[in-house]
Amino acid sequence: MTRRVLAVDDSKTMRDMVAFTLKQAGYEVVEAVDGSNALTMLAGGPVDCIITDLNMPVMDGIQLIRQVRADPKHRATPILMLTTESDDTKKSAGREAGATGWLVKPFNPEKLVQTVRKVCP
Amino acid sequence: MSELEQFKKTYFEECSDLLSSAETKLISLGEGAAGPDDLNAIFRAVHSIKGGAGAFGFEALVRFAHGFETALDALRNGDLELDRRSHDLVLRGFDMLSDLVRNSRDGTPPDQARAAAIATELDRWRGAAAAPSADPSTALIAAGTAPAGTLRRIVIRFRPTPDLLRKANEPLLLVRELKSLGRLEVIVDRSHLPSLDALDVEAAYLAWTFILETTADDSAVRDVFEFVTDDAQIEFESEIIADAPADPAERRAAGAGSLVPSAANASPTTTPSAAPVERRQGDRRSGERASSIRVDIDRIDRLVNMVGEIVITQAMLSQQVGQLHLDNYTGLAQGLEQMAQHTRELQESVMSIRAQPVKSVFARMPRLVRELATSLGKDVRLEMVGEATEVDKTVIEQLSDPLVHMVRNAIDHGIEMPDARIAKGKPPEGTIILSAEHRSGRIVIEVADDGAGINRERVRQKCIERGLISADQVLDNDEIDNLIFAPGLSTADQVSNISGRGVGMDVVKRNIQELGGRVHIRSTPGQGSCFTLSLPLTLAVLDGMVLRVGADRYVLPLTNIIESLRPQPAAVTSLVNRGDVLMIRGEYVELIYVHGLFSIPDAVTDATRGLVVLVEAEGGEKVGLVVDEILGQQQVVIKSLETNYRQIDGISAATILGDGRVALILDVSGIRQSAQGRRAAIEPNLRLAS
Amino acid sequence: MTAQLDSTPQLPAAPAGGAIGVPDVVHGASEGDATSQYITFTIGTEEYGVDVMAVREIKAWTESTALPNSPEYVRGVVNLRGHIIPIFDLRCRFGQGLTEPTPTHVIIITTINDRVVGILADTVSDILSIRREDIRPVPMMDRDVDREFLSGLVSVQDRMVALLTLERLFDTKAIPAT
Repeated sequence: MTRRVLAVDDSKTMRDMVAFTLKQAGYEVVEAVDGSNALTMLAGGPVDCIITDLNMPVMDGIQLIRQVRADPKHRATPILMLTTESDDTKKSAGREAGATGWLVKPFNPEKLVQTVRKVCP
Repeated sequence: MSELEQFKKTYFEECSDLLSSAETKLISLGEGAAGPDDLNAIFRAVHSIKGGAGAFGFEALVRFAHGFETALDALRNGDLELDRRSHDLVLRGFDMLSDLVRNSRDGTPPDQARAAAIATELDRWRGAAAAPSADPSTALIAAGTAPAGTLRRIVIRFRPTPDLLRKANEPLLLVRELKSLGRLEVIVDRSHLPSLDALDVEAAYLAWTFILETTADDSAVRDVFEFVTDDAQIEFESEIIADAPADPAERRAAGAGSLVPSAANASPTTTPSAAPVERRQGDRRSGERASSIRVDIDRIDRLVNMVGEIVITQAMLSQQVGQLHLDNYTGLAQGLEQMAQHTRELQESVMSIRAQPVKSVFARMPRLVRELATSLGKDVRLEMVGEATEVDKTVIEQLSDPLVHMVRNAIDHGIEMPDARIAKGKPPEGTIILSAEHRSGRIVIEVADDGAGINRERVRQKCIERGLISADQVLDNDEIDNLIFAPGLSTADQVSNISGRGVGMDVVKRNIQELGGRVHIRSTPGQGSCFTLSLPLTLAVLDGMVLRVGADRYVLPLTNIIESLRPQPAAVTSLVNRGDVLMIRGEYVELIYVHGLFSIPDAVTDATRGLVVLVEAEGGEKVGLVVDEILGQQQVVIKSLETNYRQIDGISAATILGDGRVALILDVSGIRQSAQGRRAAIEPNLRLAS
Repeated sequence: MTAQLDSTPQLPAAPAGGAIGVPDVVHGASEGDATSQYITFTIGTEEYGVDVMAVREIKAWTESTALPNSPEYVRGVVNLRGHIIPIFDLRCRFGQGLTEPTPTHVIIITTINDRVVGILADTVSDILSIRREDIRPVPMMDRDVDREFLSGLVSVQDRMVALLTLERLFDTKAIPAT
């Protein structure tokens, strides 16, 4: 059964890299450009894992995490945050909001796959 | 293109977008016309650039972007203020970032020294660098250094809190991961489990003791708990075992190895919930966001090309229909007529999608002026007019370089040093006015300065020295002024970080001409100069007249055409140094025989038997082109000759006519130059006009 | 139509020490065998080959639009589905006079250094698989100018095919501006 991952980031480059890498690793990937778009995508169908940047326009990552956790369908969906090393405040906020884990940018593709496999094998 | 190359291309396109929009916002910030969403957008721009740079391993860019991002984060959080100095610093930061992006894209070495200098300034602005916060989870992971390879027994006591489950961390996954590292024994502690009726599904009652025998090193094992250390009590013991494992219970009792107490929960920090809400409100306020969508430029280009093809097909249809006798089919003719109109409208609409205000090109100028003026010790003010004037993207892309050169020229050679200006009774601050407007179907851009004007004597001398004109050649003032565009006259421009190259005005002029544009300078000594640059509104389509010379067909842009006529023999005379001329309404107009210039066989050689098309070259000079006949008028799609071949003198591009055959588009100024060149070869004393 | 090359006793032995006369090429070419495919075509009595990877398509001859003040071997340009493609007369490029094209002549559309150009030839002959080791260097000939454009010669059955280096042939930067 192919796992479905939702990649949320306002940077197309990031989305492309994440999608490409995860698809190669056998995941199915859907993309969203910000938190609001992500919720729309989720309404269209469940996913097995969410990867989200924290800094996005319209609705940022933290808000998205909260909204996702508030939805009973996705209470147990692993959520990974994309953070920067200096972003401790955001990271804590993300954790508080219910993020499962995180990936520090810049990351290499292997680390991405490793981390996704960790929470969504 | 490989996937990676495609990603890089996307990335650099994205960088370009982000940088230009950030610059625009920064400039409006400087003018006090920005809101909190602008600061956030500027931060996000650097954040995104950094993210991608990391993915591709652009070290210098990541390093710089990191420091920059940190400072911008502080700015948007309100920890820092934006005054004139720091605004300037941020502008320079974007400059640097932009250059680093360019270095990464082109593979050229970055200016490390400059980057470090600006980074230091940014740090200083931010205040002392914040002490790295202690992240308890890293502490846990960092500890433990027993080398891999040796067999060890690791005992982990694990008691999760409800938070762990809330964050969708799955203990079962942890177990599986541990299992993959070696031999695992799991002992579950059910002591806290209540009776079924008291069970709260969201609470965590179970605890486990994991006994793992593995050759992996400690950190690999700790890594399994990377995401859960904050939300669980974890006790970790590790010991190296040389022999077969003894009774696990005994070992546990012995309690050897490092004991790392569970990490305390990270203290909750105030979530910036205010910021996102504010941002959203801000976004709703700025109407732009709601009424525009982002479309891949490739799609638009394809759309434009397709519409161009429709134009061609429609021309083809018209031509076919024109050859039929349509007395009984008036409906058909009318229908086609309507279609032609609709096609025209469709094309205009589609072209307008790609039309952008020149603002994006103008936006670079204030900084350019500031930096250049400072480096030269001059005081210069820049005024911009008509930034909203729109032009097709194909033209915008070509505008930047010539504009930069003209502005640099104005500051370099035009505006005088402050004391020199005062001595002349001028204000010490020089002014440059950059303006754009639509004029007779073209876009006209002017760079006017109130500087010293062109030093005609000096230019003339230089040209004589370089052998471009002879000492006794008579030239009027306008001609001397425009000598600055003469080839080989370029004064050694210094390579600047902004334009990235030093080229002379002759190259600038040539490049503009290749686009079907014209450039001209007017000057009043002591008072100032004005560059005038005119370009077609789009490089994609033009209205042209189809001509025949011999068996070949050519297209002449309508904007060049004044009129066409078949001259009376009496009106055509031959002058010694100028070939044939046409006398028309009291002036003499030089005749150029297209068949001679292009070596076309079997053409009409007598102007009185063919047709003379009176056209205007750049600078306003009139010439008469001698052709066989006019075949018609139509809109044509401009196709590049240079993509697969090269530029030809006198030809600006190619197009495909209604019958599918290729026709060449004439470049009037080029034709004029070629004709003069030929005459000059025979008559060395011929006047050199632009 | 693909012809495989046998290694015949007349050809020099393969340096790798493969037995002469054993047609190991028959087992199929892979990257490791250093075999390339060439499309061959004729100009008069001579046969030339170009790397198949450079060839995009082959068209019948259609009238081209003349380009003024261009070298003789630049016949003109044609419209290829909306793109302007220059046509080079190869015969003329080799100094053997202008081609008088008829509908049986062909235009070989190739990619040379990111440009798409058409080569006017008499006919297309074949697609050949040629092993790199079978390509021999061009010997000194009268027409030294030709050596520049040839990357090598190869013997196919009883004919000689000259392999072209397209980049040097039609280096548009080298075309003198008139």
